Amino acid sequence: MDHSAGRPVESRVLEAMLPYMKSSYGNVSSLHVFGQEAKQAVEEGRAKVAALINAGKKELVIFTSGATESNNLAIKGVANRNKDRGTRILTSGVEHMSVVNPCKFLTTKGFEVAFLPVDKYGFLNLEALQKELTDKTVLVSMVYANSEIGTIEPIKEISKIVHVQNAYLHVDATAAAGQIPIDVKNEGIDLLTVSSNDMYGPRGIGALYVKEGVRLEPLLHGGGQERGLRSGTENVAAIVGFGKAAEIAKEEMQAESSRLTKLRDRFIEGLLKPIPYSFLNGHPTTRLPDNVSVRYSFIEGESMLLSLDMAGVYASSGSACTAKTLEPSHVLLAMGLKHEEAHGSLMFTLGRYNTEDDVDYAASLMPNIVKRLRGMSPLTPKELRL
Amino acid sequence: MYTEKVMDHFRNPRNVGEIPDADGVGTVGNPVCGDLMTIYIKVKDNRLVDIKFKTFGCGSAIATSSMITELAKGKTLEEGLKISRANVADELGGLPAIKMHCSNLAADALHAAIEDYYKKHEKGGVKNK
Repeated sequence: MDHSAGRPVESRVLEAMLPYMKSSYGNVSSLHVFGQEAKQAVEEGRAKVAALINAGKKELVIFTSGATESNNLAIKGVANRNKDRGTRILTSGVEHMSVVNPCKFLTTKGFEVAFLPVDKYGFLNLEALQKELTDKTVLVSMVYANSEIGTIEPIKEISKIVHVQNAYLHVDATAAAGQIPIDVKNEGIDLLTVSSNDMYGPRGIGALYVKEGVRLEPLLHGGGQERGLRSGTENVAAIVGFGKAAEIAKEEMQAESSRLTKLRDRFIEGLLKPIPYSFLNGHPTTRLPDNVSVRYSFIEGESMLLSLDMAGVYASSGSACTAKTLEPSHVLLAMGLKHEEAHGSLMFTLGRYNTEDDVDYAASLMPNIVKRLRGMSPLTPKELRL
Repeated sequence: MYTEKVMDHFRNPRNVGEIPDADGVGTVGNPVCGDLMTIYIKVKDNRLVDIKFKTFGCGSAIATSSMITELAKGKTLEEGLKISRANVADELGGLPAIKMHCSNLAADALHAAIEDYYKKHEKGGVKNK
């Protein structure tokens, strides 16, 4: 139940990819039949990804090595190419590190970055956006929904505010794309990051939607593939797989998201109801269908993960003890949680193959795990002690 | 990530609890950092006759707390003061590098408890040495 960390490649996706890993290994740039066959496969994949986000023209979708590259290309690409218009960038406190770190990097290159506040649910503070947006702002980078808390941001409203100025809006839809409908035209998105593995496609492939007219500098210079924005020979099999995954996600979105939403709400209730001092992170309803993020007071996340792991349930935590940085999740802190509250967080991301039995089993483990760890904790208040 | 010994102490921690009439109490760490431990000791004839712990923290914080109670029980106060962070980690078959500092506070907590005992007994004028 840690699907945001990694999802299996769907069998239908794998089937679609296999021919391109065996006999059909043409180079898209070659003029001969072999090359043209590869080119057609890539363009079909592109069309399917474009359809998922309603890009209109498929040519506006650029393939990359994944969401991290897409976010880097969007942020550094816009910043470097539009210096003449301004050097100010806005983003939020609930972004993935692949947005946070390119922004921080740009501050060492003469750019000015402001991290905008969010409320207790993780929604962007729109007044702060309005206030911080100046005519020198070239880019606003905002997550569609953060995988740690699931809260879905009001992208359309954000877009309206951003476009009052001459700034571009980049949206990181890594966790959201494939789960909920996204319409780049209707929502007014200029650049959109999409990941393949997050919709059961292969790893190592992602995409960046770049609206017509958006000025972008490439990160990689070479043979000029992908409209010159991303040089390098196309990974045909991965693109075919990504396309198939996007097609399946689009076709099955309505049924799957309503199934997952029911499962999510059942799981949240099972995790919180029997245990005092337990809380939901993020918004209860404006939330990704797969996201279950909770916290328990007086105990620490890693010890909960180890306990679940021993019972065969895999989850993740925003605790410092599970991070390489020894800092609790910046996303949880941005929502106003105290450090010790963030340490007690537990996150699950449900997947296509999770069932009611799975979530009921996982929830049934928590009362004993929490009781045991609270019994050891010096922070546990007297009334909860045994 | 963790050795079997660490997991054993995490699963079945030894000497969890408080000693209401402890002779010395030592608390180190901070819930803000994610690790907080308290060690309670009972001293008789200069020996650690009983020792218990309460810990908020990750798997290695709990395992190191449990391990130090095993290492210290029955030892003299001087021997207790000599137990180092490295001894605790070694006895557990090693800890992940990133955990060596943040979650390996048990030795500090034991030393703090012994210091607390010395302080109380010097003040009361009944130096128990």
